[in-house]
Formats: sequence, structure tokens, C-alpha cells
Amino acid sequence: MSFLRPIIVLGGLLAIWQTAVSAFEIAPFILPGPLSVISVAFERTDIIARHALVTLSEILLGLLFGTLFGSASALVMAYFRGARAWVLPVLVVSQAVPVFALAPVLVLWFGYGMAPKVAMATLIIYFPVTAAFYDGLRRTEVGWIDLARTMGASKAAILYHIRLPAALPAFSSGLRVAAAVAPIGAVVGEWVGSSAGLGYYMLLMNGRVQTAAMFAALFVLALMAVAIYFVIDRILRRLIDWQNELDPAVHD
Amino acid sequence: MIDTSTNHAASYRPIGLSVRNGRLAWGETVLLKDFSFDVKPGSWTCLLGESGVGKSTLLRTIAGLIEPTGPTEILDHEGCALRDRVAYMAQQDLLLPWLSAIDNVMLGARLRGEAVDGDHARDILARTGVAERANARPAEMSGGERQRVALARTLMEECPIVLMDEPFSALDAITRTRLQDLAVNLLAHRTVLMVTHDPFEALRLADDVIILRGPVLDHVGSPNMPIVPPGTVPRDPTDPTLRDAHQAIMHALADPTVTEKTV
Repeated sequence: MSFLRPIIVLGGLLAIWQTAVSAFEIAPFILPGPLSVISVAFERTDIIARHALVTLSEILLGLLFGTLFGSASALVMAYFRGARAWVLPVLVVSQAVPVFALAPVLVLWFGYGMAPKVAMATLIIYFPVTAAFYDGLRRTEVGWIDLARTMGASKAAILYHIRLPAALPAFSSGLRVAAAVAPIGAVVGEWVGSSAGLGYYMLLMNGRVQTAAMFAALFVLALMAVAIYFVIDRILRRLIDWQNELDPAVHD
Repeated sequence: MIDTSTNHAASYRPIGLSVRNGRLAWGETVLLKDFSFDVKPGSWTCLLGESGVGKSTLLRTIAGLIEPTGPTEILDHEGCALRDRVAYMAQQDLLLPWLSAIDNVMLGARLRGEAVDGDHARDILARTGVAERANARPAEMSGGERQRVALARTLMEECPIVLMDEPFSALDAITRTRLQDLAVNLLAHRTVLMVTHDPFEALRLADDVIILRGPVLDHVGSPNMPIVPPGTVPRDPTDPTLRDAHQAIMHALADPTVTEKTV
């Protein structure tokens, strides 16, 4: 039943949509019905897949770099008191400047290719990952660290065996947020200037009043975003399966 | 199994613990000053006192987790530093939730980058009575089982001195008694310093009781203090001498003038 529920909800929404479009005779260039969107999606599978692949690569690369930079910053801040004062402003500034406002600058610097989109996605991901991971590293149970110290553990051993695994739940909530917002960075980058990607394709189809194709691209984008989130969520759940045991509310 | 425990007991010489010119401070507040005490090699000593008196701070200082204040010296009975010969067991089990019981027992070796001895760990888990829980995660275990695993982890460290900070206080009365008996048996030949706020627990387990009450420290057995009943530990809780001693110690704790006279 839990598997069927989203399908029923989605099917119901599509049915209402189709009925509304037919009943009110809405012009197809304003709002095409789901049936025509689906048929366009099948007609142009090749072209949409090509653009989707570009956007997917941008999102995944952004996730990779954002997670790497974010984790590195969090570790530096957690371990070097002096460094915190230097990294924290960067972190705050990276959020204070709207990524959308930076998009034209990034395109100017990195050109029309994938680089500025990856940079956008990285920037958008950097903050949630850094903030969450840093928080997790800071909140290690003091007793665990005390115990490890009486056992003669080095700082590196405490980091690897205790603080890192203990920070994983916090890190993973940061990464979940990152997975959800990463597509925004990529698509905004594509809107500002590009020659490929779903964002580019949507703008192009919009200009040509091919609204159905635009919607098709939008759906593929949404599907991709959900899939990325789902995969990351699954990996994280497996990685920190002990957390579910701690939470009595989670018992499927 | 009895053979292995004898072997381990014989593998090291019991060492004593000696605190000289002690001073305990919490920030600017001096909790306790100019105190000295000895813990005899292989004996079980309890530190008794109200909450906030500095028992845990003292224990953490001896464990090397806090820098000793001022002139405080913490040595073994031969005047050498204690380093690496102290195991620490806290009130919370401090089991890592992502590790199984046996991996928690082997944590020390892992942290030091030493080879882990799974058979030995299993053997110790068996001696603490939780062999069948070896692969269980802490969240799947009861409070008593978790503290048994924590005790196994402490034993695995093979340290001649064991510091315990109210290790049984979070358990129900029956589990607590069982674990006390188990700890006394398994920690025989080791030097134990245990912090507790329960006089009855102290009298039942200890060879020696020290009462922390700022700004001085009393040895039980000094003129105005009741003495620890004779006999081997763990003492029978129904023993009338134990009850008398308990009553006397409660009186002494409740009456501040006793300390005044001792000074």
C-alpha cells in the first residue's frame, strides 16, 4: 500500500489536470494536457535525453565538489580553532550573495559550457553540507572522547573512529538538503547562458511556444531530482543504519 | 574460563594509587585542598560524597582527562606516573551506537591501531554474561546488558587501575546488585577507585571508603567515622554489621559537626 499511495496520488492529479484542460478548453500553448506532454516526451526522447544527461552531469559534479569542499571546510573548522575565524566569513558570504546573482558572473568567467553550472551547483550545496557536518563534528558526545583518551587514542584515531561516524547523521541531513537544491544551481546556470541542458531546452521551447515540450523537459528534470534524492537517501540510510535503531519512531 | 581469568590476573602486578598535595577546583572555586590519600594495590576503594562535591572531577583528574590543579601529584605506590595504566568506566555505558557489542569491547585496540583479539573479546563477553549478545548493537540491548558490555570493554583494557564513576547508578536495584557482584569478581586483583553517592554501595563493595566533603576529606575509620565492616567483598546486603555501618555513615554524612571535629 505504501508503494501504491504516491502512484494513486500522482495518477489522480494527472486525471484532474487532463479533465480541467479538456473541460475549460485551455489553449495548449498555455497549459497542455498531460497526454500531449507524454506524447511529446516520447516523440523527442533522444533530444530530451541528451539535454537531461548534460544537466545530470552538472548536478552530480556539483554534488561531488560541493560535498568535498563542504566536508573539508567543516573538518578544518572543527579541528583548527584559528581556521574557524577565517573559514566562517567565507561560509557566510557564500550564502549572503544570492547564487542567482552570481550566475551571470560565473558564465562570464567560465564560458557557456558545463563549468559555470557545476560551480553554481557547488556553491548552492557548499553551505548546507558545511554547516550540517560542522555541527555534527562539534556535537560529539564528550564521554566518548574522554573514553577514547583514557584508551590512549591519538587525535586522528578519535576523528576516524568516533567523531566522523558520530557526525554522519548530521552530515547526511546536510547532504539530503544538498541533493534537493543541487538541480536549482544547474538549471539557473543553464538559463543564464548555455547551449545544452534541460534548462536551456526549456527556455528554447518556451520561446518557440512549444509548451508541451517544455513541460516534458520539466517532468524529466523533476524525475531526475527525485531519483537523485532517493538514491542518496538510500545510500545514507545503509551507511548509518544504526541511527534508525536509535529512533523508536522509525519502524517500518 | 576460570583458568583464563587467573592467567590474566597473574599477567600484571597490582599497583597502588597515591594522591599528594591534592587540590580540586572548579573554575575559581576551590572545592577541596591539601588532601592526600592512598589506594592500596589490588584494593577496592570508594569515593563517597554529595553531588557537586568534586568526586567526578577528582576521578577525571586521576584518569588524565583534566590537568591536575596546582601542586596536585598523582602517582602509583612507587612514585611513578600513572600514564596508560588506567581504565575508565563512566555512569553512561558510552557504547558507540554504530558498533556491535564485540566491536565496542575491542574499541581500545582499534583506537590504538593494535591488532584486535576477537577470541579474547568473546571470552570476556562470556565472563560478563553477554556472550550471546556479541553481535547486537547497543540500541538492541537492555541497560543492564549495555553496562555488562561496558564492563567487558573496561576489562579488555587490561589496566591494573580501574576508575569507575557511578557505573551502576542508572540501573534498577536488582540489576545493580548483580553487576556489583560481577564487577567485584572480575576486577579482583585490580586496583579500583569508584565514585559513588550511595553509602550502601560503598560499604558493600569497598575495602576502604573515602568521604569527600569540602574543604577536607575523611577516611572512614578516623575517630568520628564508622568503619568499613570486615569480611570479603561483595558483602551480603542482609548482613546486620553492614546495616549498622550504613546507619552510622548516614549519621556522619548528615551531621556537619563530625567533620569539624576531625579537622
